[in-house]
Amino acid sequence: MDGMHDLGGKQGFGRVRYALNARVFHEPWEKRVNALYSLAVKLGIFNMDEYRHAIERMEPRHYLSASYYERSLTSLATLCVEKGIVTHAELERRAQGSFPLSAPSAPGRSNVAGREQFKPGDLVRVRSDYVPGHMRMPGYIRGKSGIVVSESPAYPFPDAHAHGVKAADEQTYDVRFRSEDLWPNSADPALVHVAVFQSYLERTSEAT
Amino acid sequence: MPDQTQARSATASVQQRTDAIEAAFEVRGLKAAEFIAEAEHLTEEKWIPENGARVVAKAWTDPAFRQRLLANGREAVAELGLAMPAHHRHLVVLENTPTVQNVICCTLCSCTAFTIIGLPPDWYKDLEYRARIVRQSRTVLKEMGLDLPAEVEIRVWDTTADTRYMVLPVRPPRTAGWSEQQLAAIVTKDSMIGVARL
Repeated sequence: MDGMHDLGGKQGFGRVRYALNARVFHEPWEKRVNALYSLAVKLGIFNMDEYRHAIERMEPRHYLSASYYERSLTSLATLCVEKGIVTHAELERRAQGSFPLSAPSAPGRSNVAGREQFKPGDLVRVRSDYVPGHMRMPGYIRGKSGIVVSESPAYPFPDAHAHGVKAADEQTYDVRFRSEDLWPNSADPALVHVAVFQSYLERTSEAT
Repeated sequence: MPDQTQARSATASVQQRTDAIEAAFEVRGLKAAEFIAEAEHLTEEKWIPENGARVVAKAWTDPAFRQRLLANGREAVAELGLAMPAHHRHLVVLENTPTVQNVICCTLCSCTAFTIIGLPPDWYKDLEYRARIVRQSRTVLKEMGLDLPAEVEIRVWDTTADTRYMVLPVRPPRTAGWSEQQLAAIVTKDSMIGVARL
């Protein structure tokens, strides 16, 4: 989905709020949330793709205003309700207030038919796919061409794995793009490497 | 008449919401408190940047290890007793040179090789870094205190799958003759993310 989480290349943001030796956690509840979501993954209540997708499904205003660990908390609660571990009413009764959850999920998809094998040096283009569910293709590479640099071991296909859809594991390719191709006349020159699932790619003979 | 709608919709604090989930887990016998204590131990004492610092120091002093690390990061860090979660199937080590600066990010969320370089710092997970580093890399690095000479090529790595990355910084010339322990002590989390040079 083209959600609010897909931030790469969005303009208008200011300086990174950077500090040397920056902290990971700021408040004790953040550590508890981080532990509780990993406990849920460990118990098999949900997988990492479902977890990421439930964050992406947060209402955009909520997503942008929530801290990182509030997004984690919202995903954890949403999935526990959707999986029948606890009801939304019980959570709100225990929290003594409203407990905002993420929006419902749209259908996922399985592997793309006719996906191809690539090797280092191949010129590839990212398919112009638009899906309502989870995917791990950042919007800034859609339709863009790059060069395959290497191949990763096969991983569960996120578009399926986040939705309980059956699919074969897929390799990902490390694809190298030029920032000037991604954002013509509007980027600092750099090489941008993205790990791209096989289903998101097609062979091409022309640069972007 | 009091505004019932408003009263009903007051959002519980993040602490209250966390308490609610934790209590719901506890009453179902899911041992939340026990796991929270265990996770605290992992995040404070096990998943720390000192792990990655050991890897870097070893790579600087042992050329054969450096080759193995660049060829297969996951197997090489295991030689030092460092484990990665099962779903991180691949660790790619990105070697900086005087003319190449690698920098890692996750524009979609916050993915990192956290068992090796430590959990990601707050700014890494924040909106600004995720939005800007892929598009304005040189500007952002400069704002963060890393003003790279024009001849240095920047390579940004967006962690969009479960392959994990870490940057192998350039060994500072001033460290000639230092022991592995001395070297490990100067390697920071930020240098393994790629937003700082040593």
